Amino acid sequence: MEIPYTVTARPDTGLYNAKVGIWLFLASEVMLFGGLFSAYIFLRLGASHWPHHILNVPMGLFNTMVLISSSITMVLAWSSLKMRDFAKYRQWLGITLFCGVLFLSVKSVEYKDKFHHYGVILKNGQEITGHLAMSEEEAMRSDVLKIKPDPENAGDFVYQLKSIFSKPEAEEKVLEIPKNEIRWWSNFVPKYNTYLATYFTMTGIHALHILGGLLVLGYFWGPGASLYKRNPEHLANRVEVAGLFWHFVDLVWIFLFPTLYLF
Amino acid sequence: MDSEMSMTSHAAHGLHEKHEEIPWIRKYVFSTDHKMIGYQYMVTSLFVALFAFFLMVLMRWQLSFPGKPIPVFGPILEKLLGSSMAPGGVMTPQLYNSFGAMHGTMMIFMALVPALFAGFGNFVVPLQIGAPDMAFPRLNMASFWLFFVGVVIMMVSFFVPGGAAKSGWTSYTPLADFADMGPGFHPLFNGQTLWLIGMAFNITGSLLGSVNIITTIIQLRTKGLSWMRLPVFVWSELVTAFLLLLAFPPLESAAIMQLMDRLFGTSFFSPEGLIVNGKHADISGGGSSILWQHLFWFLGHPEVYVQILPTMGIVGEIFANNTRKPLWSYKVFVYSLLAIGFLSMIVWAHHMYMTGMGQAVTSFFQIFTTIISIPSVLLGTVLLLSLWGASIRFNVPMLFALAWLPMFGIGGLTGLPLGWTASDVVLHDTYYVIGHFHYMMAPASLLALFAGIYYWFPKATGRYMNEFLGKLHFWPTVIFFNGIFFPMLVQGFAGVHRRWYDGGAGWQMAQNVLWLNQVMSVSAWALAIAQIPFIINFFWSLWAGKKVTDDNPWQATTLEWATPTPPGHGNFLHPVAVYRDPYEYSVPGYKQDYLPQWEPEERLRKEGNLSQIPS
Repeated sequence: MEIPYTVTARPDTGLYNAKVGIWLFLASEVMLFGGLFSAYIFLRLGASHWPHHILNVPMGLFNTMVLISSSITMVLAWSSLKMRDFAKYRQWLGITLFCGVLFLSVKSVEYKDKFHHYGVILKNGQEITGHLAMSEEEAMRSDVLKIKPDPENAGDFVYQLKSIFSKPEAEEKVLEIPKNEIRWWSNFVPKYNTYLATYFTMTGIHALHILGGLLVLGYFWGPGASLYKRNPEHLANRVEVAGLFWHFVDLVWIFLFPTLYLF
Repeated sequence: MDSEMSMTSHAAHGLHEKHEEIPWIRKYVFSTDHKMIGYQYMVTSLFVALFAFFLMVLMRWQLSFPGKPIPVFGPILEKLLGSSMAPGGVMTPQLYNSFGAMHGTMMIFMALVPALFAGFGNFVVPLQIGAPDMAFPRLNMASFWLFFVGVVIMMVSFFVPGGAAKSGWTSYTPLADFADMGPGFHPLFNGQTLWLIGMAFNITGSLLGSVNIITTIIQLRTKGLSWMRLPVFVWSELVTAFLLLLAFPPLESAAIMQLMDRLFGTSFFSPEGLIVNGKHADISGGGSSILWQHLFWFLGHPEVYVQILPTMGIVGEIFANNTRKPLWSYKVFVYSLLAIGFLSMIVWAHHMYMTGMGQAVTSFFQIFTTIISIPSVLLGTVLLLSLWGASIRFNVPMLFALAWLPMFGIGGLTGLPLGWTASDVVLHDTYYVIGHFHYMMAPASLLALFAGIYYWFPKATGRYMNEFLGKLHFWPTVIFFNGIFFPMLVQGFAGVHRRWYDGGAGWQMAQNVLWLNQVMSVSAWALAIAQIPFIINFFWSLWAGKKVTDDNPWQATTLEWATPTPPGHGNFLHPVAVYRDPYEYSVPGYKQDYLPQWEPEERLRKEGNLSQIPS
């Protein structure tokens, strides 16, 4: 049984079904991320302390550019399909997929970085962040926490840029803190503070969206592309809809980056 | 457009061959046919409703006879859930709380909304707009199965250590953040976590469903079916779908954050310095439980309208059909639906007057909460005035639809004192609140649900439901609904708290209204018994009911009655087009008292059925 308006547009609305569907779905996505962003605002307004500059800005900036590029190649893939140039479509979509994978790789490096970064809150309220100068098991057992604190300029763009490529020399100084002076200590996991909780939740959900987008686009690059032989316009429609989702996910990141990395 | 149409009818002509081709599992289980998915939603949610109703009946026994073993069912509970939950067949406070939470959750999210929005929506909407199916049939299947997995997760959660969720259907934090975290805590298999996961499945399912319904209504309306010719039920589904689409996702993000709180030790919803079980809670600190309330009620309030709007649509259809005249003012009805839909999104914080919001904020919410009663009253007025001067057919669907009107009235009017801070301070968290919202959710919603089932049953199955059994179902149902919920309003004025496990037995001022607990409990049991004729009627009529001789047994005007009975794959045998408004009953100059939307005027004039073209 055929559903009307899957390939051609309905004359009075000027849209085919999937396009209406995706815009509605994206509206609901706006509300989903809207819930998270409003939670962020609500929590930040009520917070007594909000940490700054604990994310690696150059990495985030690089990822932002990767995603914006992928949006451009996404449009090029769709327009190639519209012009019935299948080889180019595959090529541009391939680059889009590569950018998506690159984004997730960089993101996972950032996550790993955070899990190796430690913070210590002393009983007098002072917070020291840095890297452990001992193994994790040792740190659990020992009465003293040996930590290489972050240097003063750790928040600087140049320092962060250097830290991606080499271990900065400033970290050599080792602090020894007796555990009885510590209120609590942990690596930078969601539990560490509300800021990191927000960071991991929002970027985590965003990463899941990227992953979902990659699966769909991968399908249209691989097995789904065979639709081209039977009905190229139908494939173009599907790719357009998937592209709209992809642009939306990019757009969310464009809001996430300043919210979490810069402000 | 025409080629699309002929394709549809062509597919329908190959009906019989098609039926042989579809294997059993594709036809009944993983079906992509909107009608089958409608039945699946309806059957699943009726089953859930029965189950959740049963939880309530057991709770009402506990309230009437606190601390006494429950006859017959007590030992079964003890065997099923373990002696820590029901020692000697006596309900523990813990079990009472979990029954309360699950009764609310299941009734609202997994019984009423799926039945009214998805069940009727799936079956009726494509038929009423002349579509061959929903816009996205496979997405439709996915949305049902996501919902189904959600239901299974909720059901299973009764059997994990510690039992099902206990924090109410609202899952208020920080209580819910720390619920079920006692000894033997498993990060995944505990009531509250499973509640969150089940809800995430349910929300995702309803999201896909609402995308599907809206797209179908926008795109698949047949030729001639302009917006102002849509049946009111389609309008109500459209508004409902928008509410679900926009209000549910914030709750999903809240559920994700609560999952983070429970599984990864974050503190989105728990404030700093929280003491749990006499110990400083091991959390990072800095969260806010008010944040949960905002995110929850941003859905929670529109959710009320999600279930009441489709009932308005159903009642509108049945009123027009059985008064044999057009709705008094179709346009007022439609604009009221739209206004209610919009306003319901900006009144959520009237559930939160007791959280200490500022004067300006509460003023805003009081004003809009009061304003929302205007379209509601207009809508009721449309229905009431539609009865004026009508020759009403008192069949079973009409009886249920008629009874909906006063129940909706009581539910709505009792809500006003709760919308104003001055009276809400007194009535908050008492049985008055329970009485008020149950009038909306139980009598109003369920009466329309039954009305819809009796009304569309002949189209779905080709057989009528029995009239006598229907009336045997109707009268006790209406009476005992009021027997349960009216005394709640009285108890509420006496200050009986809504979550008391002993029904107020320990409280001085509740003593003179305690006897009402027995009235309510007996009514609850009587209501249960009153559903037996319905269940018998439903299954008996399915196989042995009186056969429908005409495709349009109620002499209705809307498009769903233009299909064969029951409709096959692809719905319509011939291309349908629409020539007039939805409720052309008793048209002057026409020899029948109804003029269906799909009858072309040229043909009517040729056959001499029309002396003049109605303007």
